Amino acid sequence: MAVCVAVIAKENYPLYIRSVPTENELKFHYMVHTSLDVVDEKISAMGKALVDQRELYLGLLYPTEDYKVYPHTWQWLRVWGFPAVAGLCTVMPCLGLSQSPRIKSVFPNQLCSYGYVTNSKVKFVMVVDSSNTALRDNEIRSMFRKLHNSYTDVMCNPFYNPGDRIQSRAFDGMVTSMMIQVC
Amino acid sequence: MADEALFLLLHNEMVSGVYKSAEQGEVYVPGFLFHKEHHDLQENGRCITKLENMGFRVGQGLIERFTKDTARFKDELDIMKFICKDFWTTVFKKQIDNLRTNHQGIYVLQDNKFRLLTQMSAGKQYLEHASKYLAFTCGLIRGGLSNLGIKSIVTAEVSSMPACKFQVMIQKL
Repeated sequence: MAVCVAVIAKENYPLYIRSVPTENELKFHYMVHTSLDVVDEKISAMGKALVDQRELYLGLLYPTEDYKVYPHTWQWLRVWGFPAVAGLCTVMPCLGLSQSPRIKSVFPNQLCSYGYVTNSKVKFVMVVDSSNTALRDNEIRSMFRKLHNSYTDVMCNPFYNPGDRIQSRAFDGMVTSMMIQVC
Repeated sequence: MADEALFLLLHNEMVSGVYKSAEQGEVYVPGFLFHKEHHDLQENGRCITKLENMGFRVGQGLIERFTKDTARFKDELDIMKFICKDFWTTVFKKQIDNLRTNHQGIYVLQDNKFRLLTQMSAGKQYLEHASKYLAFTCGLIRGGLSNLGIKSIVTAEVSSMPACKFQVMIQKL
């Protein structure tokens, strides 16, 4: 399940960006932005034969470690004597669970971003949370396929001008089905 | 069975529709013949531009759909070959007969039996009207190339129907 989905035009501005509503959505925007550098690097590695440059799917761009706070693991860390780590975490930005004194634990949250570039130089970047379920490569590929199909439909819509932000409800619905359901 | 005729007939109506609406919109003062001829030329240019822009938008959408499953293109020549083979086959049910290039950004696509002109004449008759029927296709090529990241200018010329040549000039930015 994706945490953030972005469609970037060939001039590198976002046509569509949507993330799971958390307090720090800007972090996802930054992540997508930095992924663009990796995408450019992969595309320009022509002739180096490391990447199969005939394929549209680019694969894992890069993983990051991110700290998300869960209250119940505090007890565990205290028992194992990780006071330094616990101390460090009071400084880390908490995601929406700030006021309670129990929130001083750390639990690394692996976010991975995947890329896909179409022949028309439109890039799709997807950020997934891989700490919950290990998403297989095939599943990511099929998610990108669905994205590409919906994007093609948007392109053929006469009311859409290429280069505008994507406002199609059908596209929104498809992306919602791919994202984590946060209640 | 009638699929090929569908687009052909629609295209013919489109051209006549654009010209008819231009005619209805025009206002000219009778008696000033010189101005009317000048006006007609301007109208012709405007209609051709309108048709070309229509083709441009259609080309953008079409290319997105056609390149959905193809592999990434290696270079410009690869893209031109795609246009000549797959794109032309899907739209006109035949390939471009001849592709020439000077390797410096100019490509000439020659079609000896252009589908949209076959029903019109088999020689020099109606030659002056041929440009109207080529504008949409020029736009189609330009739109397709633009979506693939290539800015270009596409013009067409006809010396003897139904053969025609499309000249693509790539703009290096």
